[in-house]
Amino acid sequence: MDELRFTQEEQAILGAVRDRFPDLAMEIRKTCGQLSILVDKKMILPVCKVLKEHPATLFDYLADLCGVDFLGKREKRFQVVYNLYSIQRNHRLRVKVDIDEADVYVDSVSGIWKTANWHERELYDMFGIEVRGHPDLRRILMPDEWEGHPLRKDYPLQGKGQRDDFSFVPKEDRQPTRTPRVRGESW
Amino acid sequence: MGLIEHRFEENFITTTVDQLISWARKSSLWPLTFGLACCAIEMMTTGSAHYDLDRMGVIFRGSPRQSDLMIVAGTLTWKMAHVLRKVYDQMPEPKYVISMGSCAASGGIFNTYSVVQGVDQVVPVDVYIPGCPPRPEGLMYGILKLQEKIAKEKYIRK
Repeated sequence: MDELRFTQEEQAILGAVRDRFPDLAMEIRKTCGQLSILVDKKMILPVCKVLKEHPATLFDYLADLCGVDFLGKREKRFQVVYNLYSIQRNHRLRVKVDIDEADVYVDSVSGIWKTANWHERELYDMFGIEVRGHPDLRRILMPDEWEGHPLRKDYPLQGKGQRDDFSFVPKEDRQPTRTPRVRGESW
Repeated sequence: MGLIEHRFEENFITTTVDQLISWARKSSLWPLTFGLACCAIEMMTTGSAHYDLDRMGVIFRGSPRQSDLMIVAGTLTWKMAHVLRKVYDQMPEPKYVISMGSCAASGGIFNTYSVVQGVDQVVPVDVYIPGCPPRPEGLMYGILKLQEKIAKEKYIRK
């Protein structure tokens, strides 16, 4: 950690977290000059609450919430990334959470930032990560009856044949399918 | 035409019913704007002052019940395909479909899980316009081609 240099603001942010959670195990990184911390997923809710409310941090705006699938690259397969921004203090922080494939869930932060509601629905829709405590966990982009979670790395790019299901088209207008029969044989 | 020549007053035109009906139909194509992606921007441009589709009798309508042409402009996803079919079914006969752009014709670059590989799998297409997106001239050419097709249609059968 010695080689990392923090600005006064960043020290204040980290200090605020350490102050409230002295025993918190967090991995601190700087990427392209941007501060990010990796915390245990059990701690995400209290940490986020402090980050929003502590006078030194005041992260009142959740700029983005997204998922990552590290299939075959990391021990813990998924990661959820919270990009925070403070309108009052004009600083940013990236909070990351590792999620094991055996226990695919994360706590909802929609009680802290309302905007997380739809972001977490997308997280569930695309990665199949269960968001516990979410008020209305449904798919948001894909149709309700869709099978699988498309942004998982083991989901085939051309899908599992659902795009060729034209049962809603009357028989006289049906066409033969365009998807190559053998997977991998494409244009 | 020797039999009827010079037997009417001036300003009379003789024609066939087929020609008259198809002339009327092709001259007032009212398209439904089914803008799904960036092609819709080109479609709007084609409709506005510089290119001016109105001079061909093409007036955009916001309701399928007032339209007889559907311009599918953009990427059709499987979720949207249900809506497309429903809207097409609401259009009164006779109805025509123009598939505008690569995505509508074949899925384009999006050979992915959610994109329909050609709108002709959902609705019957009359004219395909290639391009990504097609220029306004391209869309106008497509509409003119459709007008040619309508002009050749026969309504009176023995």
